[in-house]
Amino acid sequence: MFLTKEEKHLLKGEKGLAVKKSMEILVALGNIYGANRLIEIGSVQVAGVSYHNLGDAGLEFLKELARDGKVKVLTTLNPAGMDLKDWKKLGIDEDFARKQNLVIEAFEKMGIIISCTCAPYLIGNLPTYGEHIAWSESSAVTFANSVIGARTNREGGPSALAAAFVGKTPCYGLHLDENRAPNTRVDVTAELVKISDWGALGYCIGKKVENGIPYIMGIETATLDELKSFCASVVTYGSKPMFHMMGITPESEKYKPPKATITIENTDLERAYKSINDDFSDVDLICVGCPHCSIKEISEIAKLLKNRKISPNTEFWVACSRLVKQMADKRSYTDIIEKAGGKFACDTCMAVAPLKGRFRSVVTTSAKGCYYSRHNNMMTKMGSLEECIEAAVKGQWS
Amino acid sequence: MHRSCGERTMELRGRIISRGIAEGEALKTSQSISFYGGVDPDTSEIIEKGHELEGERVRAKILVFPNGKGSTVGSYTLYRLKKNGMAPIGIINKECETVVAVGAIISEIPCVDKIDISKIRTGDIVHINNSHVIIK
Repeated sequence: MFLTKEEKHLLKGEKGLAVKKSMEILVALGNIYGANRLIEIGSVQVAGVSYHNLGDAGLEFLKELARDGKVKVLTTLNPAGMDLKDWKKLGIDEDFARKQNLVIEAFEKMGIIISCTCAPYLIGNLPTYGEHIAWSESSAVTFANSVIGARTNREGGPSALAAAFVGKTPCYGLHLDENRAPNTRVDVTAELVKISDWGALGYCIGKKVENGIPYIMGIETATLDELKSFCASVVTYGSKPMFHMMGITPESEKYKPPKATITIENTDLERAYKSINDDFSDVDLICVGCPHCSIKEISEIAKLLKNRKISPNTEFWVACSRLVKQMADKRSYTDIIEKAGGKFACDTCMAVAPLKGRFRSVVTTSAKGCYYSRHNNMMTKMGSLEECIEAAVKGQWS
Repeated sequence: MHRSCGERTMELRGRIISRGIAEGEALKTSQSISFYGGVDPDTSEIIEKGHELEGERVRAKILVFPNGKGSTVGSYTLYRLKKNGMAPIGIINKECETVVAVGAIISEIPCVDKIDISKIRTGDIVHINNSHVIIK
């Protein structure tokens, strides 16, 4: 890979240890994947924030980098393992909270915005069409590539940080035109009625295209929230972090539908629900917001919960960024949801909070949420927002 | 299996992923390794069910495998192994990918790829010097 004179100096350590390590990572990845150079990036999204996944060694690594590492471009952060303000309310223990705060301190020192959300495009990290970025967090990567038409590979936490410290990323993979072309045509005849249907659709397509880029046809309209949910699901269950949707995503016009075709019918969605939904009726936790809720979703939750009460046998969590909650505060949505007995889980989510052993069962709108909850040994069910609210009020799925 | 006494030392040349020098006993598999969930960061034991190295410990070995797989959190698992004194002393891959490359660099474990790993057997004494691999 070609390096400029300045980049060679960085690699030698002339701008400190964090930049040197970062250059080593970027050069190694560039060489492995055949990049010919580094390209400038507009922003970074860093995953690997929850102390639950980092452990003490990860914390130590971040502290070391924070000694002389400063980000060069707009850099936002994925969810942490807890609500950074109201962690007690969510049943997080003090030792975990102390360690999580040290992780956040390290990121803060690097100059990162402590946004703690998996939907950075909702809070001001919104790339433009064709812009090169270096993001981790698979659902956000998929959204940026597909819905926006920005360009990023699926980075891990350390490689995203490396890109942030240098302001560049190696030019390979989804940064290049030739790797963004679709390879499977997907005809959707299934009806998409409720939000969870988009998760089920992602499940079906992800499993069928396996590490490919689908070209999806037959969908006439899609809202931001529906696309957000679909992005999270399709990549969790197996596609590359990129898809085209005819008439909806911007790059779909550049390509003709590929010859190889699969069809997704109503029966496919039914099978997806069958495989995601376990058999149980008592619900320990209902969680909405995977990916993090938009202000519109919170308004819908408030509307459904007005003058109702969450069952004392269950917990109802709304996961969102702190910024989106601040908007909810001003529109009294927060009041309505909290009066009903619901809790806001800001800065965190069901995929990265230490939930193992605390809940036996969860109901959610999210197919991705179900995938990670099973890692936490929970039984899962996926349904519409209305079904989730009903389960919360009754404490039961019926 | 032992190499016959007459056989000479073999030298292979690959591509540097993470610089460094290391020498030790090879632990080899022809299967990919997932560090996140597949290797215990406290004991260095391979815990992936059904893996041909299941139950083996990677500590202080030259770990030889075709490529990494699985979650990018695996890079942090390699770093945890290193901090716990449980890491392999060197890594040789057929084709290195992101998780292992980043893990090896941040943990300062010498790592080289583009090596014909069929030439290496468990128990061989292997020397890594940046891009050179010498099988003794």
